[in-house]
Formats: sequence, structure tokens, C-alpha cells
Amino acid sequence: MSTNESILEVTDLRTSFFTEGGEVKAVDGVTFDVPAGKTLGIVGESGSGKSITAMSILQLISHPGKIKGGEIKFRGKNLLDLTEKEMRKIRGNQISMIFQEPMTSLNPTYTVGQQIRESYKIHQGLGKKEGSKRAIEMLKLVGIPSPEKRLDQYPFELSGGMRQRVMIAMALACKPDLLIADEPTTALDVTIQAQILELIKELQDELGMSVVMITHDLGVVAETCDYVAVMYCGKVVEYADVRTLFKNPRHPYTVGLLKSLPRSDRDQEELTPIKGTVPSPDEMPVGCRFAPRCPFATDLCHEKLPSLDDVGDGEQIRCWIYTDEWNGDPGVKVYEPERTTES
Amino acid sequence: MTTYIIRRLFQLIPVLFGVTLLVFLLMHLTPGNPAQLIAGETASQSTIERIEVSMGLDDPLPVQYVNFVTDVAQLDFGYSYRNNTPVFDEIKPRFWVTMELAIYSTILSIFIGLIAGIVSAVRQYSVRDVTIMIIALFGMSMPNFWLGLMLMNWFSIQLGWFPPTGWGSVEQIVLPVITLGTAGAAVIARMTRSSMLDVISQDYIRTARAKGVHEQIVIYRHALKNALIPVVTVVGLQFGTLLAGTVLTETVFSINGLGRLVIDSIMARDFPVVQACILIISVIFVVVNLIVDISYTLLNKRIDMD
Repeated sequence: MSTNESILEVTDLRTSFFTEGGEVKAVDGVTFDVPAGKTLGIVGESGSGKSITAMSILQLISHPGKIKGGEIKFRGKNLLDLTEKEMRKIRGNQISMIFQEPMTSLNPTYTVGQQIRESYKIHQGLGKKEGSKRAIEMLKLVGIPSPEKRLDQYPFELSGGMRQRVMIAMALACKPDLLIADEPTTALDVTIQAQILELIKELQDELGMSVVMITHDLGVVAETCDYVAVMYCGKVVEYADVRTLFKNPRHPYTVGLLKSLPRSDRDQEELTPIKGTVPSPDEMPVGCRFAPRCPFATDLCHEKLPSLDDVGDGEQIRCWIYTDEWNGDPGVKVYEPERTTES
Repeated sequence: MTTYIIRRLFQLIPVLFGVTLLVFLLMHLTPGNPAQLIAGETASQSTIERIEVSMGLDDPLPVQYVNFVTDVAQLDFGYSYRNNTPVFDEIKPRFWVTMELAIYSTILSIFIGLIAGIVSAVRQYSVRDVTIMIIALFGMSMPNFWLGLMLMNWFSIQLGWFPPTGWGSVEQIVLPVITLGTAGAAVIARMTRSSMLDVISQDYIRTARAKGVHEQIVIYRHALKNALIPVVTVVGLQFGTLLAGTVLTETVFSINGLGRLVIDSIMARDFPVVQACILIISVIFVVVNLIVDISYTLLNKRIDMD
């Protein structure tokens, strides 16, 4: 599969929630590509709009949320032009999604078998017998022991890790081209986390699908992703391949995230947290959203919002420092790699 | 499942003990002497005493209670003071009338309540939702005897569509069932709405939508089955209110049911009949709630395991 080809191209996606306090722009002009067969990580703090971006792709935003504009091109077709009926044929069939909370993401009143079979019934018109056969195959594929027995069990009879495996089996039932994983391991034990990530990777290779991995955990990104989009306050601030991002992060926010991550291969005196908090929607800065927390911010940063620009090698940055208009210290060093521990 | 039902049946024993004891004491603690009543105002003291002995009224209370329970267990509720006929024969035909009234009203209230509740929840805060909830508030607040009288006034007297009294034909059934079912429908509608709203925001509903499930199926299969659990509880409790409501409804529409029999018997101090009616109504209520509990296990498999 060619790496140049994108399976999903999101351009200037805008999703807002209309509350009594006014419009909250949860996703505010998000742009990124998912290369076919690859994994894109979307990273950001809580409230950065990463989950809303994922939900917007499948158009699962419910009242009072609304997708206001932009383009979501999947295999060259803009999903926002499709009718609800056409969209239903995409969901769970060509694009699937798994969620953060395996404990509550399965319907407690239906058996595992009933829930997996439903996908086959909707998208392939399979009956109970054929559906069960396929469901058993899928459960085997995701590493669930004695799958025949699980079929008649209810979600409450399974552990969190097992439920997430069931979720994955259900999501992959119809062999989708794209899997959106919204913090799939956040609610799980550390040992189970690694297993689930490994499983997603294996299945990706086996089925040749692309993955959008939404997480706040840079460890997960390093382990699973090929490309990364860093989000802050509803906007992408940096888009790069994973090696570049970890070796040479450019946006001050990305650098801040990396510095607050404990690393065993670096000689770290202490962790450096990003100062301040994510601004609330009603006091969103007019300029760069990160300016109030940025150690390099100038008047320009506070007044004008930078655009997301190509800086070569397919990398994109939304920061004044990398533009001609930069009026701060011309030799500013946003990131200085720390000494690697000699071993 | 079977063990659960058996266990629930055993739990009925203390409940029934309490009910019989209360009914028994209730009659003995209320003022007025039954023997005096049977014998008449002018009877001599010796006559009254003779009647007391023949009826066992001179026995100590615990003995009377044991006799009462033993008789009741054999469906022997004694003789009506008024007509001197077996109470059981008096109650039997009226029992079915009241059961019919209660069951039809329950069906009506479940049917209307569920639909109204779901329709409201699906479009929360829409004009439709607000309208339905205002109507429900009226339905809940309206005393059912007044609603009965109003319905009778409009549909029987002014429009002449339905007969104002009696029970049996389809036309006669309509107004009493609406009268009795309205409050229940309102309560069920409100419960269904809030329960559905709670369920619709759950993660597994999002999962179903992400799977490509049609919105109608999301609502009626994935959401409703979960939302029904608290609604079923309300239906069970509502049945008690409904049984109490039959007394007024039967009186308003001159229906010869159990409820009206209770009132007439209380007026006439016909203790055996009152006792039997209260006992039967209590048992129905207990049994209905047993059915409710059992139906939980069908909706939520987890209850079976506990």
C-alpha cells in the first residue's frame, strides 16, 4: 500500500456546542490526514477536542452539538455530503470506533453474541447461525478464550480487558478500512493496556486497516503511531511523523507535553509541567490559544492567531516562531534535547 | 431463575402474616359490636351474648385470629351480616368486575404512558415534549372522581356517546377505564421519559449508533429495554393506587365491583365482607409486585445472579 495515499482527509473541521452560555467551539478548524494502512495519533489534554473530532468523523455528535463546516474526505468522498442513511452504511462497516470505557460501552441487557451478530445483520444481512459463526471467529481473533461459551454471556460476566476485546471484535466484525480508537486503554490496568495496544497493532497488520488513535498518553503514541497530530483548544498545533515529533518537537506545547512525561532513557532532574490550565471556552484567547501558557509568547502571539503551515517534510506547525513575522528572539531554542543516560 | 422465584414466594409468608393480622385487628379495634348489629337495636343483653358465643366473639383475640386465618386459608370468609349469605359468594362476581377494570386501566396506562414518555424523551425540551409533560401533570393532579364526573358530563350527558353507568358492554367500559387509567398513564409517561433520557446518554447507546444501527432500533431495542426497569417498578406500585382508585371510580359510575362493596359494607358495618375485601385487595397487590419482581429478571439478567 502506498504511503502517500490518504484514506481520510479532514480539512477545516468545525464542531460547536450551542449551550445557554453561547457557542462553544469544541473543534475549531481541524485539519489532518490519515495515510492508508498507517496509524495517526491525536494527542491533547482533556478538553482539547480530540474526542469530539473522532465523533464528528462518524457524525455521532448529538444535540446541542453541531458540525458547522469543513470537509471529511473518506476514500475521496466527503462524508458530510452523505445522507443519514448512507452514513449508517459507513458506521461499523467501513469506519468503526472503539471507546474509552469498556465497562459501560456494551449494552448490559444483551449477550455478547447478540451484540456482535447485530453488526453482521445490519451490514451483511447475515442470520443468527452464520452471524454466530463469524462472531466466534472474531472473538478467537481478539484472543478471547472459549469463544463459543462467551457468545451467550452478558457483559457483566466479563472483566474490563475482556470487554474491551469484545468491543474490538465488534468494531472489526465487518473488516473496516479505518478504526477510530478513542482512548482505548485509559480505563484499563497497565498490563492489560499493553495487551490491547499490541492486539490493535496485530489486527491492523492482519486486516490492513488504518487507525486513528486518540490519546492523552504520549507513551501510547510512541508505541503505536506513525503520525501524530497534537491538538490544543480545538485546533491542531503540530502534525508530524512520530520520529520527528519525539526527536525534534517544534511547537512549545508539544515540547511542554514531552517535558512533563517521565522517561527512563533520559537523565531528568525533575518533570516540568506546563504552567497554567487549559482556558475555559468563554475566555478563549484571541491570539494563539497557547500564548497565556507559552514561555516564548510575544505581543504578536497574544494578538494574532497563527495558521497551520507546512514547514517541510510533511510537517505542519501552528506557531509564530517558525514564520517570517516572528518578532521575538530570532535564535530562540524551543527544544533542547536532554542528555541521554550513558549506560 | 426458579430458585429466585421460590425464594420470592417464601418472602410472601411474613407479608401475608402482616396483612391478615392488620385486617383482623382493624376490625376489632373499630368501635361497634357486631353481635349488637345482628341482633338489632332493641335486643336484650342475653340475646347479644348468645350471638357472641355462637360467632366465637367471646374467645380470646389470639384464638379468634387463628380461627380467622384457618378459615381464610380455606376461602371461608364467614357470612355477611347483612344478607346472611357466604361472603365468598358475595365477593366472587364483583371480584372479576374490579379485576377487569383494573387490568384494562393498567394496560391503557402502560400503552399511553410508554408512548408518551418515549416520544417526549427522544425530543427533550421540544414543543412536543413540553406539551406532553404539561398534560401528564394535569393527568396526575386531577382527582379521578372529578375526571370521571367530567367525562360523564361531556361524553354521556351532552354528547350521548357512552352510557353513564354500569359495566359489561364495550361502551360501558370506556369511560371508567379512562378515568382510572389517566393518573397511571401520567406517572408512567414521566417515569419513562426520565428513564429514557438517562439511558440515551449512556455509552452503549453511542456504541450502537457507531455500529450503524438505525436510530429507531437504537431507541426501541437498545435504549427501551434498559429504560423499562424503573418503569416496571412504577407500574407495580401504580397498581396499588389503581386498586384504591377503583373504589371511587366504581362509585361514580355505579359499577358493582369490589370497591363499591367495601364502601357499602363499611356503611353497614358488615365486618366479614370488609375484612374479606381488604384481604383480597392486599393479596392482589402483593402478587402483582411479585410478578413485577420476576419480570425484572427477564429485563436484567444480573438480578438473577445476586
